[in-house]
Amino acid sequence: MTKVERDGAFTPPEVEIVEGKRGMEMLVALAFVLSVLASIALAVTFVLGGQPQLEGVLLFIILAGIGVGMVAWGKYLVPQGPYSQEREVLKSEIAERQAFLASLDRGQRQMGRRPFLMKLMGASIGVFGLVNLFPFLRSLGPQPKKALFTTPWKKGALLVDANGSTVTVNTLEVGGMVTVFPSYDVGGAISQTVLIRVANTDITTRPGRETWGPQGYLAYSKLCTHAGCPVGLYQELTQQLLCPCHQSLFDVLTGANPVFGPAPRPLPQLPLYVDSSGYIRAQSGYDEPVGPGFWERGA
Amino acid sequence: MITQTADWFDERLGIAKFTRKSLNKIFPDHWSFMLGEIAMYSFIVLLFTGVFLTLFFVPSSKEIIYHGAYKPLDGHKVSEAYASTLDLSFSVRAGLVMRQMHHWAANVFVAAIVVHLCRVFFTGAFRKPREINWVIGTMLLILAIVNGFLGYSLPDDLISGTGIRIAFSILLSVPVVGSYLAFFLFGGNFPGHSIIPRFYALHILIIPALIAGLLGAHLAIMWHQKHTQYKGKGKSERNVVGVAMWPAYALQAGGFFFLTAAVIAILGGLVQINPIWLYGQYIPYKVSYAVQPDWYMGWLDGALRLMPSWEIVGFGHMIPTVFFPAVLLPGITFTALALWPFIEKKITKDTAEHHLLDNPRDVPWRTSVGVGVLAFYVVLFFASSTDVLANSFQLSLNFVLWGFRILLFVVPPIAAFVAYKVAKEAGSVPGTGRRKRANVILRNAQGAYYTEQTAPRSPQHEEEVAEELPEEVVYHALDRDHRDELVGTAAPSGAGGPAGSPSHPGVDLGPLPSGGSGIFRIPRVRRSAAPDDNGEPIGGIGDRG
Repeated sequence: MTKVERDGAFTPPEVEIVEGKRGMEMLVALAFVLSVLASIALAVTFVLGGQPQLEGVLLFIILAGIGVGMVAWGKYLVPQGPYSQEREVLKSEIAERQAFLASLDRGQRQMGRRPFLMKLMGASIGVFGLVNLFPFLRSLGPQPKKALFTTPWKKGALLVDANGSTVTVNTLEVGGMVTVFPSYDVGGAISQTVLIRVANTDITTRPGRETWGPQGYLAYSKLCTHAGCPVGLYQELTQQLLCPCHQSLFDVLTGANPVFGPAPRPLPQLPLYVDSSGYIRAQSGYDEPVGPGFWERGA
Repeated sequence: MITQTADWFDERLGIAKFTRKSLNKIFPDHWSFMLGEIAMYSFIVLLFTGVFLTLFFVPSSKEIIYHGAYKPLDGHKVSEAYASTLDLSFSVRAGLVMRQMHHWAANVFVAAIVVHLCRVFFTGAFRKPREINWVIGTMLLILAIVNGFLGYSLPDDLISGTGIRIAFSILLSVPVVGSYLAFFLFGGNFPGHSIIPRFYALHILIIPALIAGLLGAHLAIMWHQKHTQYKGKGKSERNVVGVAMWPAYALQAGGFFFLTAAVIAILGGLVQINPIWLYGQYIPYKVSYAVQPDWYMGWLDGALRLMPSWEIVGFGHMIPTVFFPAVLLPGITFTALALWPFIEKKITKDTAEHHLLDNPRDVPWRTSVGVGVLAFYVVLFFASSTDVLANSFQLSLNFVLWGFRILLFVVPPIAAFVAYKVAKEAGSVPGTGRRKRANVILRNAQGAYYTEQTAPRSPQHEEEVAEELPEEVVYHALDRDHRDELVGTAAPSGAGGPAGSPSHPGVDLGPLPSGGSGIFRIPRVRRSAAPDDNGEPIGGIGDRG
């Protein structure tokens, strides 16, 4: 017995081997060789500075070479069976389960003798969690408070475009549109407003807004009342504003009333006036929250 | 060498028992079982390419003046996130390929999960005992979608920025706590300066860790419970028939990883995805026309478009319109999805274990429910391109929108009905799923005609009946101590009889060979199933009809 070991003369016993298949061996070998060649080519590409398309193709050859080689080997050059294996029963045998339940029960009863301590332990962990939740959540961001109800627009705010240039009565042609901000919040995400010049002068979009659109200039919040996208497209022909995100359409002449799509409310209108130098200014801020709805908004 | 290393580890970890069982594990073989593998392999590609990207990406919305390789944007004010994405695309070797591979892999990842989910659903693989893995799989799907959206948002380009704006509005729409949710996640009102670093932490650390953990559990449970298999000759509820883990399955699965990675690589190299330099930096008051999110967000985008403009107002509060399509719909979708195994159990009252898969035609009602629900989401998906469809087919937007609103409720019942009929028909045709044999018309001596089926095709086409893995023969020359352990003092050479190991009294090593050749046979350790535990084993295809 030990003799066989020492002189190493014994041969390993037979195992199931897939014989022959010369062509398949060649294919596997070819795949691996191709992969190595592509790796070398990729290294050269990197040295030369790289080229995305070439890198992608070479990576494909490298990875596919390895993949084809391995799959073909595993599929055609080793025994496939099919072999059958018994499926073990998942649930434990009845005795094991009972023993397990007994152990569980033992610990439970040993601890359950002191219910007061149990409750205290639960309380201490719970209170720790709650107390920690507070600084964590609290430092993530400020409370909303009135932030969603207001915008930077104030009485007398001077209208400027995205470059900070002031807007006068001569800035727009009839049918023109420009995105405006108050002069102190250029590019503001909340204060963004569309200024449109329509043909009618001194237009009243709806009752109570008689003075809001001097000389055909109308200003609406650019934030869609649906999901807050910028209402970026103005169709002069139909006098409509379109939100490209979900295709809500707003009718400019009737107070940006939604006429199509998922937007539920009109765009808030900014009351304007033309000052003595011809600059356009806001009579006041918006009279309602801009943008999409939220719980505290009410109506 | 390998055997010595393995033995070294066994002395320290006792790996022999578990690992041997694993090496001899049998995997049922079917193309549809590789769908989940594609998902897992794309996740590995995501990890590799993602780690590469983190070396160059700067998660900051701080504005800088761009002076990089992409000349058209030279001198523009952009965020560091956007600039670093441009730099890693244009100035880092293989950077663009890695970034595009990452994006493609994310699309493939979610797609593979969805198709894998469909396979599991339509074949009933979620039934007892696999309900836990179904729930874990649902969570993986949600995490994959969320992380895809987060990653898509990181470069701070115009299109993804618009997506973040919509996400803010969706958070706002949650009743009671919405504005707090939105303000806490964004660090204030939109846009704030915290969102990119926070999305980054979620995208590269928290959610991948959750995915990795759940994926590990998903695999461990699958491993422990053993894979399901389709009905067929020699297959029953009590066995697993297929290829052996070592070496056939290991080679095939390993190779399949490389093939998946190869496909993702060529997509990343040749098929442009998310060219953010064409979109430009995100500027809150700018927006681009006819853009869609990544495909897996399409159904939500479609739902947002189709939802009528209903807003519920009362008692000084508001439930905004986006709440219904963007919070309620996904909430119901994923809850119902996760609970499906339990819902089905309520309907079928079936409490038995199932390891043999259903053919979809065998269970027409489930197939019909699945197809109907799927059709609903497919309609929503296409509804995310109402504007593009209206433009390319010269239709009015109004027509397309109303068309989709109607289709959303008309297509699913029709699809479900057709699926039910097809499944019912296919299931009741005798011989469905079996190889076809020709009917030959013959004439007998009396001149009467009769038909006769041809003989089955050559026997090699018939599936072989599976056998057990041949038993291994132990031949490794262990050192003397081990030898003594194995053989036992009571079993000198030539003993021949069964010998338990003295140091492992519970393990029956089986009969030792005579003759001192140093060769032992170790039978596989088995536990036989209680005969009446799980009902009768289901027979092969031949039993039906």
